[in-house]
Order: sequence, then structure tokens, then C-alpha cells
Amino acid sequence: MREIDCQIITDTVYDLVLKASYILPGPVLEALQDALTQETDVARTVMETLVENARIAATTKIPLCQDCGLVVVFAEIGRDCHLSGDLYAAINEGVARAYEDGYLRKSVLADPLRRDSNTGDNTPAVVHLTLTDGDRVNLHLAPKGGGSENMSVVDMLVPAVGRQGVIDCVVEQVVAGGGKPCPPLVLGVGLGGTMDKAAVLSKWAIMRSLGEPSPDPETAELERDILAAVNATGVGPMGLGGRTTALAVHVEKYPCHIASLPLAINLQCHAARHQQATI
Amino acid sequence: MTTQLTTPMDKQALAELRAGDEVEITGTVYTARDAAHVKLFELLDTGQALPFELEGQVIYYCGPAPTPPGKAIGSAGPTTAYRMDAFAPRLYALGLAATIGKGDRSMSVREACKEFGAVYLVAVGGAGALLAERVTAAEVIAYPELGPEAIARLTVEAFPAIVGYDTAGNSVFPADAQHP
Repeated sequence: MREIDCQIITDTVYDLVLKASYILPGPVLEALQDALTQETDVARTVMETLVENARIAATTKIPLCQDCGLVVVFAEIGRDCHLSGDLYAAINEGVARAYEDGYLRKSVLADPLRRDSNTGDNTPAVVHLTLTDGDRVNLHLAPKGGGSENMSVVDMLVPAVGRQGVIDCVVEQVVAGGGKPCPPLVLGVGLGGTMDKAAVLSKWAIMRSLGEPSPDPETAELERDILAAVNATGVGPMGLGGRTTALAVHVEKYPCHIASLPLAINLQCHAARHQQATI
Repeated sequence: MTTQLTTPMDKQALAELRAGDEVEITGTVYTARDAAHVKLFELLDTGQALPFELEGQVIYYCGPAPTPPGKAIGSAGPTTAYRMDAFAPRLYALGLAATIGKGDRSMSVREACKEFGAVYLVAVGGAGALLAERVTAAEVIAYPELGPEAIARLTVEAFPAIVGYDTAGNSVFPADAQHP
């Protein structure tokens, strides 16, 4: 049994939050640069602005976006390790310190119905735990912005609509969102499970490194087909029209009830801030 | 070509803009988002003066990140504009020249722009680091208790935006964005 002091969790979360806030992941920046060449007029201006914004954020340590998000952490805990201390408290301590030291906006309300209840340190994080083999702790962290989260949805489809019904539903959601969720988007799609499971899968999907296809060939083909359909809508960068509405689609599946076809669509803005570390 | 705009904005200059035009704003803009709009409307509804004059002025839907040492402001991009749609038409009627935000809005806002010769400008969402560099000074002038949602007077220089709704009733947002 490997002992892990929760102080290491705090320090790691602190580093991941700061890195995520200032540095756009390499694959996201490359995808923006590639897509830029496809665009003209206002859409091109937007894409050039985003690439330049990433450069300025990385060099000046000004956050990529003023919406520094609500921190979502997926922690994969190896069965053969023992965490000494309170894991949740350790994660929140790392979040609180990073948001203070990094000049990040604190956007969390203690009570959703009380606008004057800002917790002041951007805690608590939303934490999802899973057990894995081995004695390591793997942390995936994403500060999730409000604008794109607001355009996300869980839809309990009629099973008969099938594969095409899933594609249509994602396209409709992206079109309905227009420029509000800050396209070009990364689409996290959770398919199957229960209502709650689909939602968690859709969030887990945006933690995947951008553009990495599903290891399952059928799912990877679905990802390609959804991406093509979404980019044929013409919504474009910031909803101003253009070819690039999404940079990638990531689909995660889970078995489900014969009566159900749960579909969760989690929209991630172009500031696809995601960082990962293994302890 | 980029059109230069200065504040307070001249309604005649605004009338020449068309949806999709690129502009740069130099002068003063006021930040206000969800909570600040509720406060402003409490003042209007009880006949009290607002913390700033509306005539020819610009409201920027923005809740900036904290200001690091040596900077004028922290990350400062636009927030989604539709959440302020219930408020915008009355402010335009009272003389507001422009709002800056991101995303499409309701028809009532587009119609108010046409009726009152005002515009809705779109700044690039998620470009908070770049846009912060175009802000040269920032001062909270009302509701400091709202934190990032306080009303601040920003001095901006060549602040880039795209005309979303113009004074003729046009929109930059593609109406044909739909199911293929």
C-alpha cells in the first residue's frame, strides 16, 4: 500500500489550476491555427484574435478568459494507495490558493438562489472519483466556464431515433446555442447509462486530449459524423458564421436500459482549459 | 477596414455602421452585467439618478478578473449578452448608444437598436487577455460589494469589436445557421 500525503494533492491542484488558466493546451492551439486557414472575413478575424489571445495569456499570465470557471476534477484513485488526509479538503485548498495567487475571478455562489453568497475563493470544486488499478492518483482538472455550461443539456431520447437521432439532437443543441457558448466548441457527448451517468460521461469526454479519437472504431466514426454535421451548420466562430463551429467531438458510451437512450451534451468553449497530472 | 469610434458616441456615426463591420472604440465604457442591471433598474423604477449618464454611452457586459500588480485590469472579455435582454431596450430608449457582449440576442434588442439609432457590438468571447491590453484604466464607480459584477468605468484604447446589430435592423448572426 502506497501512502500519499494529501498535501501533494493540494500542491498539484494548485499548479494545474494556474497552468490551465494561462496556457491553452497545445492540441487546442494547433486546432485553432489549422482552422484559421479555412476562414475568411469576420470569422478569420475571430480566429486570429483567439490565437493571439493565447499567446498574450501565456506570456503575461493574464487568464485566457475572465470567466476563470468552476473547477471540475476527475480523480482516478489507484486501489493500492492510501490517501492520508481529506481528499476533498485538499483539492479545495489547492483551488482556493490558486484563485487568490493567480488573480483568477471567483465565480462560485454558495447558494444558487442567493446572488450575494460568493464563496470568495472559488470553492468548492465539483469532484468525481473513480477507483482504478495500481497505486497512482491521476488528476484531470478543467476550470469550466459558465457560458458554455449554460448551453449544455441532458436529453432522454426515444430509443427508436437511433444513431441519426443522436446526431440531429447534438446539431440542434449547437445551433440553438449559436454564439453564446463561444464556438469553436469542443463537444463532450455522453451516450447511455442513466440521466446522471450520461451527464458525467459528457463531462469526462471533454477531459480527453483534444481530437484524440475514441479507441472504439464505431464510436470514433460517430464522433467524425457528428463533427461533420456540426461544422455544416454555418454557426461558425463566435456564432458569426463560418466553417469552424466545433474543433472536436468526443463521445463516451455506457450500457443502458432497453427503454432509454440518454444523451448528454456538454459544450466546452474554445478556451478548452484542461490539465492532467499523475501522482 | 476598421472604423474608429470614440465616446460619447455620435448617433450619426453609428448610423453609418453595418452589421459585420469591424470597429475599434476609444474612450470610456462602463461594465455592468446581471446583478448590476438589477440594481440600475431599482434606481430607474424609483426615479433615482443612475451612477453614470446614459446619453451616448457604452455598457460593456463584463465581469473582469482581479487586477494583477502593475496592470490596469485583469482578464476582461465579454459575457453572454442575452441575459441582459430584458434590460437593454429601456436603456437604449434613455440614450444608451451601444452595448458590448457576445452571442445573438432577442428580437426586442434588435428592434430597440433600430428604433433608437443604437448598436449592439460583439467582442470576441474568451479573448480576455487580449482585450485587457486595450484597457488603460479602470475604476469601480458603483456597487463594489458585487465584486466582479460591480460597475467600473474603463478607459479603452482601440478596443476591437464587430457590429452585431446595426441601426437599420440588420444582424451579423447568420439566420441560415441550421440543420444541414
